[in-house]
Amino acid sequence: MITFQLNGRSVSVHSPGDAPLLWVIRDELGLTGTKFGCGIGFCGACTVHVEGRATRSCVTPLSTIAGSKVTTIEGLDPEGKHPLQAAWLELQVPQCGYCQSGQIMQAATLLKDYPNPTDRDINAVMAGSVCRCMAYRRIKKAIKLAATRMRGVTHG
Amino acid sequence: MIRRIGAAIFVMAFVGTVSVLLLSRRHAIAPIDPPARESFSAESVARGETLAAIGHCASCHTHAGGQPFAGGYGVNTPFGIVYGTNITPDSKTGIGTWPFQAFLRVMREGVARDGSHLFPAFPYNAYTKLTDDDLSALYAYLMTRPPVSASVPSNTVPFPLNVRALQEGWKLLLFRSGRFQSNPAESDEWNRGAYLAEALSDCSGCHTPRNSLGSEKTRDDYAGAVVDGWIAPALDRANPSPLPWTQEDLFCFLRTGTSSMHGAAAGTMTPVIRDALALAVVPDSDVRAIAVYFTDMNQAAARASSVDATVREAIATSDLAVKQPYDADANLYASACMSCHYNSARAPLPARPELALNSALTLPEPTNFIQVVLNGVGSTNGAPGMAMPAYASLTDVEIARLAAYLRRTRAKSPPWNDVERKVAAVRRESAGR
Repeated sequence: MITFQLNGRSVSVHSPGDAPLLWVIRDELGLTGTKFGCGIGFCGACTVHVEGRATRSCVTPLSTIAGSKVTTIEGLDPEGKHPLQAAWLELQVPQCGYCQSGQIMQAATLLKDYPNPTDRDINAVMAGSVCRCMAYRRIKKAIKLAATRMRGVTHG
Repeated sequence: MIRRIGAAIFVMAFVGTVSVLLLSRRHAIAPIDPPARESFSAESVARGETLAAIGHCASCHTHAGGQPFAGGYGVNTPFGIVYGTNITPDSKTGIGTWPFQAFLRVMREGVARDGSHLFPAFPYNAYTKLTDDDLSALYAYLMTRPPVSASVPSNTVPFPLNVRALQEGWKLLLFRSGRFQSNPAESDEWNRGAYLAEALSDCSGCHTPRNSLGSEKTRDDYAGAVVDGWIAPALDRANPSPLPWTQEDLFCFLRTGTSSMHGAAAGTMTPVIRDALALAVVPDSDVRAIAVYFTDMNQAAARASSVDATVREAIATSDLAVKQPYDADANLYASACMSCHYNSARAPLPARPELALNSALTLPEPTNFIQVVLNGVGSTNGAPGMAMPAYASLTDVEIARLAAYLRRTRAKSPPWNDVERKVAAVRRESAGR
């Protein structure tokens, strides 16, 4: 039995230690906001936070996050109103939507590290988050909008 | 004549063997009843706790998920697996019946209470340098732990190497008992660091190469060595880090498991930090002293002037994958690695290990790079709160391509040879664990 924190509450799971964290989150714990994309850490759809940092859950063995704090899109903001989520809605970023929870979780880490990101920062950090609908321009716009608002709140 | 010489050689060999075996018979020290907790001062127990942490005793004397100090961790040696023993004060399976003289003898001479020799997997070659005071504090701490009844598995060292009496010969050849000698030309802090590193933490146990008899090559002190499938880098002037390990960098690394100018600890360095130097019972001053000692050894001061330029160049290369025209290897890197390893043009962030500053890419072999890519760095490894996934689903060819790309662009060093085969080897070894 392995115990970790999921979205602020302690969970103990029966999956074996080498089970990918993504499977545990979706199948054993029933949170399906995090998506399965490529399964080899190359597309970003499965991105969650481990200790507040974007991590590809499809290639993260459960045993390696024992005792850690894991956050999924469901727990990013208690009311689903993280500035990134608000900007996503406002700018109608998604088309099919499949990759979006991963995009938002990755963007949240980007803004934590670089509150005022340049285009280069966004291109580099978001490069591993693939969107088959090519919503990249809107993703970039929403990240910048959220960044502006978050800086406003922080310094406000 | 020839017959006579033959006979003489035979007699000498016989006498030699017999005398070695006779010499090797050390006396047993009479057992005692486990001493009462009250017989140790609180001050001594507390100091012992700090020393046991700095000496990371638990890393070999506790197995994963086991009771502290109850033994069972398997130390991989070239001669077989040697299991850390139970050093709780349990009378039957631990060291409960060991008087202080027996503890002193095992630490300084590698001889157990019953007179048998320990294998040098137990680094008495380091502990022999400890002071009487520190040994009695360690004894006080260990004898006041909760006794745990736990036997450990049998060692897998094959015959005849498992004959403990033969250790006498090893000791005659390769072991000198003696206390730490301070260097009057150096500061108190340097000497404190040297004492902790040499006598207690046994840094050379992993960072100094060993000869075919398993003894540290004293002429190659801290020249770096392979241990448990990882490279413990050189700590002397040959240290492979692109930036010198300054006092501040090394202090931060040893205390927290990561340094933004170098990267995170992983592999066999983990217990030395997570279960030892990062603990609150270890004072900052002791960790800093160790940093002072090794900063002097790697001659960081002489390289300090190049730091700014090296950092600037490292950060400039960290977005190579974005700017380049089509490059399949760079794309591989951009998809799998860059979202975490990119650093913006300011300074590297501790949570974004800057690969152009990381020794995993500058070491002569790709061992550590392959380990990290294949197995990831769990949040129980290296720096707390950071986890790198395990990219084991990449093929050997893809990992070799990533290695070649990073070696070329980040380390700017000659290519590694035969990387695919080495990836396959690490993969096999990891699967066997």
